[in-house]
Amino acid sequence: METVTLPAIDIARDMGLIAPEITMAVAAMALLMLGVFQSDARSRLVSNLSAVLLVAVAAFVVMTTGEPKLAFGGSFKVDAFASFAKVLVLCGSALAILMSRGFLHHEKLERFEFPVLIVLATLGMMMMISANDLISLYMGIELQSLALYVLASFNRNSARSTEAGLKYFVLGALSSGMLLYGCSLIYGFTGTTNFEVLGTVVTGGEMNIGLIFGVTFLIAGLAFKVSAVPFHMWTPDVYEGSPTPVTAFFAAAPKVAALALFMRVLGDPLLPLIHEWRQIIFFISVASMVLGAFAAIGQNNIKRLMAYSTIGHMGYALVGLAAGTVAGVQSVLVYLAIYLVTNVGVFVCILSMRRKEGMVEEISDLSGLSRTRPMMAFALAIFMFSLAGIPPLAGFFGKFLVFFAAVDAGLWQLAVIGLLASVVSAFYYLRIIKVMYFDEPAPVFERGIGTEMRLILTGSAALVLLFAVFGGPIISMAQHAAVSLMG
Amino acid sequence: MAQIIVFLPLLGALIAGLFGRAIGERSSEVITSSFLVVSALLSCVVLYNVGFGHETGTIQVLRWMESGDLSIDWALRIDTLTAVMLVVVTGVSSLVHIYSIGYMHDDPHRSRFFAYLSLFTFAMLMLVTSDNFVQLFFGWEGVGLASYLLIGFWYKKETANAAAMKAFIVNRVGDFGFALGIAAIYFTFGTLNYDEVFAAAPEMVGHSMSFLGADFDTLTVICLLLFMGAMGKSAQFLLHTWLPDAMEGPTPVSALIHAATMVTAGVFLVCRAAPLFELAPVALGFVTFIGATTAFFAATVGLFQNDIKRVIAYSTCSQLGYMFFAAGVSAYQVAMFHLFTHAFFKALLFLGAGAVIHAMHHEQDMRKMGGLYKMLPMTWILMLVGTLALTGVGLPLHLISDALPNLGFAGFFSKDAAIEVAFASPGTFGPYAFWMAIIAAAMTSFYSFRVLFMTFHGQTRADEKVLSHAHDAPAVMMVPLIALAVGAIFAGGLFANSFIGDGQEAFWNGSILPIEIHEAVADDGHAVADSDGEEAAAHDDGAMSILEAAHHVPLWVKLSPLVVTLFGFLVAWYYYISKPHLPAQMAARNGLIYSFFYNKWYFDELYDILFVKPAQRIGRFLWKVGDGKIIDGFGPDGVSARVLDITRNVVRLQSGYLYHYAFAMLLGIAALVTWFMFSQGGGQ
Repeated sequence: METVTLPAIDIARDMGLIAPEITMAVAAMALLMLGVFQSDARSRLVSNLSAVLLVAVAAFVVMTTGEPKLAFGGSFKVDAFASFAKVLVLCGSALAILMSRGFLHHEKLERFEFPVLIVLATLGMMMMISANDLISLYMGIELQSLALYVLASFNRNSARSTEAGLKYFVLGALSSGMLLYGCSLIYGFTGTTNFEVLGTVVTGGEMNIGLIFGVTFLIAGLAFKVSAVPFHMWTPDVYEGSPTPVTAFFAAAPKVAALALFMRVLGDPLLPLIHEWRQIIFFISVASMVLGAFAAIGQNNIKRLMAYSTIGHMGYALVGLAAGTVAGVQSVLVYLAIYLVTNVGVFVCILSMRRKEGMVEEISDLSGLSRTRPMMAFALAIFMFSLAGIPPLAGFFGKFLVFFAAVDAGLWQLAVIGLLASVVSAFYYLRIIKVMYFDEPAPVFERGIGTEMRLILTGSAALVLLFAVFGGPIISMAQHAAVSLMG
Repeated sequence: MAQIIVFLPLLGALIAGLFGRAIGERSSEVITSSFLVVSALLSCVVLYNVGFGHETGTIQVLRWMESGDLSIDWALRIDTLTAVMLVVVTGVSSLVHIYSIGYMHDDPHRSRFFAYLSLFTFAMLMLVTSDNFVQLFFGWEGVGLASYLLIGFWYKKETANAAAMKAFIVNRVGDFGFALGIAAIYFTFGTLNYDEVFAAAPEMVGHSMSFLGADFDTLTVICLLLFMGAMGKSAQFLLHTWLPDAMEGPTPVSALIHAATMVTAGVFLVCRAAPLFELAPVALGFVTFIGATTAFFAATVGLFQNDIKRVIAYSTCSQLGYMFFAAGVSAYQVAMFHLFTHAFFKALLFLGAGAVIHAMHHEQDMRKMGGLYKMLPMTWILMLVGTLALTGVGLPLHLISDALPNLGFAGFFSKDAAIEVAFASPGTFGPYAFWMAIIAAAMTSFYSFRVLFMTFHGQTRADEKVLSHAHDAPAVMMVPLIALAVGAIFAGGLFANSFIGDGQEAFWNGSILPIEIHEAVADDGHAVADSDGEEAAAHDDGAMSILEAAHHVPLWVKLSPLVVTLFGFLVAWYYYISKPHLPAQMAARNGLIYSFFYNKWYFDELYDILFVKPAQRIGRFLWKVGDGKIIDGFGPDGVSARVLDITRNVVRLQSGYLYHYAFAMLLGIAALVTWFMFSQGGGQ
């Protein structure tokens, strides 16, 4: 068995490598202090600062992107792949903070903990993305998850919100248990937790059923995070019960982080086991695509609908992962970027569904939106068309790349099932457009969603609409990232 | 020059059709009509050059398609056969254009009408100038389209729409055969160019091909299929039902399309493909039989119709039968000659009828006319000319002395020639054709004079108000009528020598039956002759001898057409002038024969039972059961219903209970682990 020499711990160098994470951690503490020692009226300041912090860290990450480097004895990895995913996550989180403010203000939920929790969750995601050891992997996941549990029940006066938080917590704990069990099995059968070593052990050693069990449990734990079937059951309930900005956040950044972690684990150290893990990914991908497509048809609540939509889209992203090639990873990264932008846009629209009596969430509330709020209807129509994968919108290219990678890897069955599922799913996306454009208008929504909301909406709609023109750099960056992951 | 003749009508159609609104109705009329007049004049020049100056040739316009061995050109083949058709088509068409300016002047959609007329003319010219079967088919379908559009020109009239559809659908039947025939030609010869096909045809004698699961003589199959197309287009027996209904269109359309030009396309096809038909005696026999039957059948139906246009329509049908049996006995020249003269007098009759209808405020029922000759003297004279030409009145002075020329109207020369060649034909169906033609001639005379008498003579039965306004049509309508009348009087006498007389060989110049091919048949035919006996032997003699033999038929044969015409005239006189109450009594008695003829031998009813009703039943079945229940039921509707079922079940899984969710997760992981336990366990 060849041995891998892991770099020795050099504190000064390692601290430099994790500087973005350190910054996040320190800033989160500082913001917390700021919030604690200021009155609630200053929560806006905290949220502003948090957003600035996230954007600044994203810029920092972009600037420090370079050759792959290991830190802390090989348990932390910085490479182009990590940078790409981190930037996505940071942007998603920053947007989530900006989107939340109007809602929290109207619902009297303006508390400084909200942005701080998002910053902490984001820190956990960054850990996940850079994790190069089962221990750091678990640490990142737990840091993220704990923050998310709290966020889900953030509206603690609402029974629905607390129920959502509780369900998420209990099921999340179960999934963490599975994950840990998987980690311990892997450690038990290979004697290492480090991904670099694990890679060589798996390559050299014979296939061990115990190891495969470990991988299965590990995948189950991760599948819970990306809400892949059959570990998806929490998603609709949590999405519906949580305050809408939290749902918007859930639907975006954590999915990116979890899928990045998926790719990190399966694409790098466990790549030799592709024959085995591909069967699992194949199964959960198909199940997710199909269930996402069918179950969403029955939904009347748009947040629940988006929950199933997310499940379906995670299924499509897993198609690219199942390919297990550079092109596959690249396609998943592009898919995630598009998915993130589209979802942000959709949730801006959902957050704008406010009448005098309060927020509304039913699809029927969108009736005749084209006549009452034509621009919003148009933007939402673009997002829906994109989610349905209709050319020339961004969603089409995402699906195209993913299916193309799968076919290239010989997984044409996945592509066929995916196409069929996306046909079914087109039904409910198009139904929303039909409701907006052809039904009699429902009472009009309140005006004044705020400048930043309007900017986000316009920006995301433009990105989705014009991806065909400007998507080239994203695709090439994703390729760079994919190469850095898989070598 | 040929290009100008062919494409001027197209240009006119495009201008009137696309810019009719912009340039106004009047401009559309003037442009299309003047273009047609130019075309017609040039056509006369071409006929003179080709027929008497022998300037034949083929002009390549464009390469149309190229696919493998198949290459098709847009080409204008100019020979005598084409030139004759050019004159007929552009001549009648230009006159009809001018006539329509008067006839249609109240119609708000004249631009469209003239665009269609010109489009028709263009398609017809493409048909006759083609040098290959595909361009022929293009023109063939083009005239069908124009015919459809023009029959249904008054599209708000339900009967017009139904008639347009009927014409189109019945023609589909024929065109199906025609298309198969073209395909069979390509299959057999590997080319669709006339010259190449005709040159290769003699080698194919005696070959057989598999068709409908049995082996048949190749050329017979091809010719019968081609003739099927001709039957549809020329409204021959069994496929004739659309022609009378087509009279729903404006009368100028009836004159142009459904009398003079389009319906003769079938005759043209048979004459054009004569080198093939000559080698397929069975097919020729069939042509003769159908032609003779149609001549007889249509005449019987024409006897008792009361709609003036329908009588003329059946008359057209009947005359087309004459042309076909003439072609069927290999006297293609006679067929073309009758086509040529018929165009004049039948267009004259139709346009004359149009003038009557115009004067009577669109009344077409002859029972509501009578005694009109006082109000419409010019129209009466012209209709009389048309009738005399159709019935073939003339003085066979030639019989008395060789020095004297025959004198007579156009029909006298062409129709009598057709009857004579039928008698002279040694083919199986020759005598049959002859007797049918003689009987039909008697009936032709009867119904033609009946029209004349019912319309112009006797006591008037018309409304007084209508009658007081009745007057001859304006000059713009009368001038074309006079021009046609001149043709109806003189076309026969002037051209008889060139078309079927001593000058025919020089005139046709091989365009109808290339000499060398004909001789090849004569050599080649002996083998067939031995086995096929009389019929094939007849074709050894060929067309030349048929025309020759027709000159030497017994005297009674030569006189019989005149005699039966006179007989028909007298009967008509008896019934409609001296005892005008008799027909009404006969109609009231509703005798068996009367009803049978009056109801067109019940063909419409028969077809309704045989084809229309079953087709509707099949359509309804396929629609309700095939499409509705099976395809929609298992397809879109079924799938979407299943999708909803699945959705309902999947949504039910989402119970909201935590332990259900946890159970699902555990079940999932258990399933995955179990899967690996067995798949890996088996592998190790």
